[in-house]
Amino acid sequence: MAQLDTREKLAILADAAKYDASCASSGTSKRNSAGGKGLGSTEGSGICHAYAPDGRCISLLKILLTNSCVFNCHYCINRKSSNVRRARFTAQEVVQLTLAFYKRNYIEGLFLSSGIIKSSNYTMEQLVEVARSLREDHDFRGYIHLKTIPDADPELVRMAGLYADRVSINVELPTVPGLKRLAPEKSAGQIEGAMLGMKGAIEDGRDAKKKYKSAPSFAPAGQSTQMIVGADAATDSDIVVKASTLYDRFSLRRVYYSAFSPIPDASAVLPLQRPPLMREHRLYQSDWLMRFYGFKPEEVVSAAEPDGMLPLDIDPKLAWALKFREYFPVDVNRASREQLLRVPGLGTKAVDRILRSRRFRTFSLDDVARLTVSVAKIRPFIVTSDWRPTLLTDRADLKRWIKPEKSQLELFAA
Amino acid sequence: MSDANGRFGNSADLFDSRLGLGGKAGVLLPDGPQIDPLKITLDQPDDFDGWREAARELVLAGVPPMSVVWQVAGDDGELFGSEGAVPPAAGGEPMFSVPKPFIDLAKAAICHSEPQRFALLYSLLWKLKANRRALEDRADPLVDRLEKLAKEVHRDAHKMHAFVRFREVEEGDGTRFVAFFEPDHHIVRREAGFFVRRFTTMRWSILTPELSIHWDPATESLTEGPGATRADAPDGDPLEETWRTYYANIFNPARLKVKAMLKEMPKKYWRNMPETALVAPLIAGARARELEMIEKAQAAPRTGGNIEGAWAALRQEAMSCTRCDLFRCGTQTVFGEGPLDARIFFVGEQPGDQEDLAGRPFVGPAGQLFDAALEKAGIERSTTYVTNAVKHFKFVLRGKKRIHSKPDTAEIEACRWWQEQERAIVRPPLTVALGATAARSLTGKTLTITKAREAPLTLADGSECWVTVHPSFLLRIPKEERRREERARFVEDLRRIRARSEELAAA
Repeated sequence: MAQLDTREKLAILADAAKYDASCASSGTSKRNSAGGKGLGSTEGSGICHAYAPDGRCISLLKILLTNSCVFNCHYCINRKSSNVRRARFTAQEVVQLTLAFYKRNYIEGLFLSSGIIKSSNYTMEQLVEVARSLREDHDFRGYIHLKTIPDADPELVRMAGLYADRVSINVELPTVPGLKRLAPEKSAGQIEGAMLGMKGAIEDGRDAKKKYKSAPSFAPAGQSTQMIVGADAATDSDIVVKASTLYDRFSLRRVYYSAFSPIPDASAVLPLQRPPLMREHRLYQSDWLMRFYGFKPEEVVSAAEPDGMLPLDIDPKLAWALKFREYFPVDVNRASREQLLRVPGLGTKAVDRILRSRRFRTFSLDDVARLTVSVAKIRPFIVTSDWRPTLLTDRADLKRWIKPEKSQLELFAA
Repeated sequence: MSDANGRFGNSADLFDSRLGLGGKAGVLLPDGPQIDPLKITLDQPDDFDGWREAARELVLAGVPPMSVVWQVAGDDGELFGSEGAVPPAAGGEPMFSVPKPFIDLAKAAICHSEPQRFALLYSLLWKLKANRRALEDRADPLVDRLEKLAKEVHRDAHKMHAFVRFREVEEGDGTRFVAFFEPDHHIVRREAGFFVRRFTTMRWSILTPELSIHWDPATESLTEGPGATRADAPDGDPLEETWRTYYANIFNPARLKVKAMLKEMPKKYWRNMPETALVAPLIAGARARELEMIEKAQAAPRTGGNIEGAWAALRQEAMSCTRCDLFRCGTQTVFGEGPLDARIFFVGEQPGDQEDLAGRPFVGPAGQLFDAALEKAGIERSTTYVTNAVKHFKFVLRGKKRIHSKPDTAEIEACRWWQEQERAIVRPPLTVALGATAARSLTGKTLTITKAREAPLTLADGSECWVTVHPSFLLRIPKEERRREERARFVEDLRRIRARSEELAAA
């Protein structure tokens, strides 16, 4: 094969990385390039430097070191039996590309993943070498996310944590039979074992940092994972429960959901339809309900239809509210934070503002309107000094009344 | 940049009435009622320090908000108001401090392009004097207004952090990175620090229509220059082509979401970003690229593939399906069967008593009727794929008998995934829905059989779907004569299906 130049490699290895959902660059420790020899800063919240027409943000240079792989996971375009064009970056090429993009303010840093070549350890060494060179040779202080290889030597994985802001190990599929069918060479036990090891290393790092200021920070943005939605038989309820156990057992920062995409040269095991984007969106919304709104996983599950799927036409919080109408209306002037957070259309910010302002005024509907996006959606669920929804929550057609009119997704588009 | 924070935030020295007057105000005529409002001129549109100093004096002198007009030096003068000195603070006026959040709010809001910002802030300051906690009432219209201004400034700043694009320029003594950016608000001075912290060791300039800022790492100094136009900035960078390559390839054409993109990356910023030129062609080509991916996959030769393995694995996975509660009641999952290159794909309703025990579809009384009808229509069952919309037996116990009970919509929906996977593997040119449950599973809609059996439907993958009755319906017709009629009609449907299948195969 003819030698590929950097741009040709970039085209292949960025294309191969586009199925990864995460591009986050937030939640790490604050640092900047003052007093250093290199460049880069992180100020807590991530920055999205561009948006692709698929609506996803571009925050990091998200690429694979190589798209060659010895595994044959059916959902993956890089599997051994796929006939995509292969390419491989050297560690130094990735370093140079990251620095050059960063200097022009195109990116917040690097998200590096890789197909597995030669051995897990060899691949992991290469990934770590990129991060090491960026940090040590170039004093790079931007964001680094490394996807670790589950069965690599724990010492290599530990090195990854020392250089990277975030590390991740993908659980790939929400069910064990799904994993067996679609990723026969991976095992749930191995993946979760690696996550557990990482959790321990992160906790040790945090303890050391508490004791000694000089201790190096270890993956300050924590660990995350991704699962593919729509390629196995898992229902939304299955996925929600799975995600919540992952959060609990491995102290994950984030679980990402990636709607399965039809891919070139798809394995015959896989569905060929368009990815269920709205389903993915509803799962993210349910994730938020659990992380920020105090919903328990079983409560999210109870918002699902009897077949275990969250409704596609309304968000899960509204679905929950419509099922548990006895909970409403909630009195804006008296309700607790927990109660207010259950009101569809009231976000965490609006709730905080209401609680703060409530000490100074009795809320009318207009006051609520000033603090929220759409009071019309909220009205059936709240009581204010001048508003009481007369049995509105008992109306059988309430769902039709507040649900967004436009159709969200063309399931059967030609 | 001076640190105004501490001064305004500390109560001790700030709003102390003993502080003398100074600053930019002129002389106030001591006599007579003041008709004209007092005009205060600030040096810069984002002159927080100037505003703070003037506001402090005004508040201490008891000048109400309605008696002040604010302007920025160099702007078209305010028509009303006259330059004058702030009257001296009334003796004994108690000093007062403002809460820290007010300083943060004021520092942000003052950068907004809204001309009323100084006056609004002064009104709020005035309010705070009467009630130190006024700021906590977020539902107050004045607080709300200023919070919204501040929020817009924060957003503009965030967009500047994100969308500034440097271009590398060779200068005699090294390289400089130059960007042109057009903010909506007066945020450049405010945000300079971000770029200094990020690019401390680089020499860079950010040019904006209002002013330019330049960072020199050698002297660690930030200098200001006059405003600039896009023509003053370099017009390209060799790396931009590489960046565009990345942008084009990280985009997944199967998940086009243009609205979401526009919401976060409004068009007004596009002019100065090299990658945005690609947006239109990427969107235009997306559907074609996706279809190409699917077509390529569909056209892939099936020989020597892993079709058999895929089907076996899928069947294995289905054996432990718990997608609905029916798995609790049946003996086993009854999966579909037949050759994986079948050209006709039958979908029935649900396994019955005998199917549940045998683990195979269509082996009971309805199955035997089905076999007979197929034979009459000239279809060899062994060349077709036969499966059910719902793969577990649902029944009610009556004595020792298990009486079949119709699956509900949720169960059909839950099981639909398996049927779709089976079809994805077999990819039949012609699918036949036997009864309403099957039709619902295949189309997602409730259909009346009488109407639907007249003409074929098109499924999501573009293939043809014929609808007819379920064989068990024919078993339940009590009147002999009608039963015979309906059976003949069923066979007739199957004949048409056979003919159509042969037609499709020949095409």
